[in-house]
Amino acid sequence: MLQKDDIISKLKETFASAILAVEDPDGIATFTIASESIIPVTQFLREQLGFNFLTDLCGIHYPDQELPLGVIYHLHNFQENVRVRLKAFVPGENPSIATATDLFPAANWMERETFDFYGIIFEGHPNLKRILNVEYMDYYPMRKEYPLEDPTRHDKEDQFFGR
Amino acid sequence: MEPNKYSAETEAIIKNYTTLNLGPTHPATHGIFQNILTMDGEIVVDAEQTVGYIHRAFEKIAERRTWYQITTLTDRLNYCSSPINNIGYQLAVEKLFGVETNKRIDYMRVIIMELARIADHLICNSVIGVDTGALTGFLYVMQEREKIYDIFEDICGARLTTNIGRLGGFERDFAPETIQKIKDFIKGYPKVLAEFEKLLMRNRIFMDRTIKVGPISAERATAYGFSGPNLRAAGVDYDVRVSTPYSSYNDFDFIIPTGTQGDTYDRFCVREAEMWESLKIIKQAVDNLPEGKPYVDVPEIVLPPKEEVYSKMEPLIWHFKVVMGEVNTPVGEVYSAVEGGNGELGFYIVSDGGRTPYRLHFRRPCFIYYQAYPEMIRGGMLSDAIITMSSMNIIAGELDA
Repeated sequence: MLQKDDIISKLKETFASAILAVEDPDGIATFTIASESIIPVTQFLREQLGFNFLTDLCGIHYPDQELPLGVIYHLHNFQENVRVRLKAFVPGENPSIATATDLFPAANWMERETFDFYGIIFEGHPNLKRILNVEYMDYYPMRKEYPLEDPTRHDKEDQFFGR
Repeated sequence: MEPNKYSAETEAIIKNYTTLNLGPTHPATHGIFQNILTMDGEIVVDAEQTVGYIHRAFEKIAERRTWYQITTLTDRLNYCSSPINNIGYQLAVEKLFGVETNKRIDYMRVIIMELARIADHLICNSVIGVDTGALTGFLYVMQEREKIYDIFEDICGARLTTNIGRLGGFERDFAPETIQKIKDFIKGYPKVLAEFEKLLMRNRIFMDRTIKVGPISAERATAYGFSGPNLRAAGVDYDVRVSTPYSSYNDFDFIIPTGTQGDTYDRFCVREAEMWESLKIIKQAVDNLPEGKPYVDVPEIVLPPKEEVYSKMEPLIWHFKVVMGEVNTPVGEVYSAVEGGNGELGFYIVSDGGRTPYRLHFRRPCFIYYQAYPEMIRGGMLSDAIITMSSMNIIAGELDA
């Protein structure tokens, strides 16, 4: 049986300098990885620890962080039935990270989606273009600087309950 | 194409290729998505997919909505089985809030989710029939889906976009008539399903059209992130209901049917077998429905009863707090998945303690596995490409979010 602690210790052993943080927010071991090491770590997880299923890949934006844009990977090991979560953060200017499509073909569209919504460039991606939005869109709509409501509208302002 | 990339012979072949637009609105695609096919006569050489025609920015909208308002968005993902989406989302939020539901809520949810799974599989399987030229089965099982929708209507008032249940349970208990309707359904449905199977499963024409059509190996399917019946048809026995039991699924006795070839026929058979299993689960859940309140006692997410809101101070305060989203949300992140109609439907929530999710990501199964479609249809006939698509159970609403 592959336990969560085994994964943590094995990863720490192999990639001591690349692992920036280890957390366990919801029963899934969560690693924050330096963005340049994401592919070696994923490859190690896939080839040595049997994480052969890329469950999910999505982006996130924390505007106040030094490295504001993040990519979050969820991997699953079917045999042992454990999941891990990897996070890698990239700078706001020219955000780029290596693609995982060589390891997981499933990453293709998920990376396109992340590029579409957050503008993160996946280096080496075979077909990196917008997928859900129109191609002539010139901004990345899921970033926090684009509010959902029209900023010129004042009728929806809520001074008592608004965020 | 770059000049001089191919030999003169290859050039001559490429010149004879035709480009065919399958979609965006083609009756055989059962949804709005486009495939630009490169055809050599009637053989598919390559396909290029365009998706996003009905993208509605749910993830962005969700960042402005309070927790209980997001359930309606999930309805519109896989609209063939919206109750599973609703309950999956509710389970994710309950996990974030650390809420434990009682057995009655769990069993009620299981009944609804399995009914939804039957409705979803019925549509998908009968549509494979339609695309191979057998409209009869489709119209026949529509009657049964109607009965399922009647049950949903009894429970929540809606049929297609259900918004069923609430965070922390249900707004009210099942009525005795609803339970009777479910029991009637369990009684009447096996006969219809058996007849439907008889119509197609050993039908020579149907078998000839579907066996070895659009196959995918277990290895490729796993690499492409397949889940649900499509992955199981390829021979991988992965089911979220068993691997990560939620909503007391470990109380029930059922098996995970798998296929071997990963072709259209296996996908059809796996769904058929799953419907029988779902029926078994519903029967067990209805027979052993435990006593209890249909909602949990957590004021942060459950609206208090209306008569108390009008007469007591505390429920009135909580009512306002819940409606305005001014409750204390835990800071944290959760990934919670359910077995949807067509695969692992995951909800990844990041909360910063505010009234809305900081980030909500839907793991939409068909968005992930639809990218394998060109690989599956390459080298086959156009008509095979069409039944491969319908057998993959691709729902445009889920694909485009």
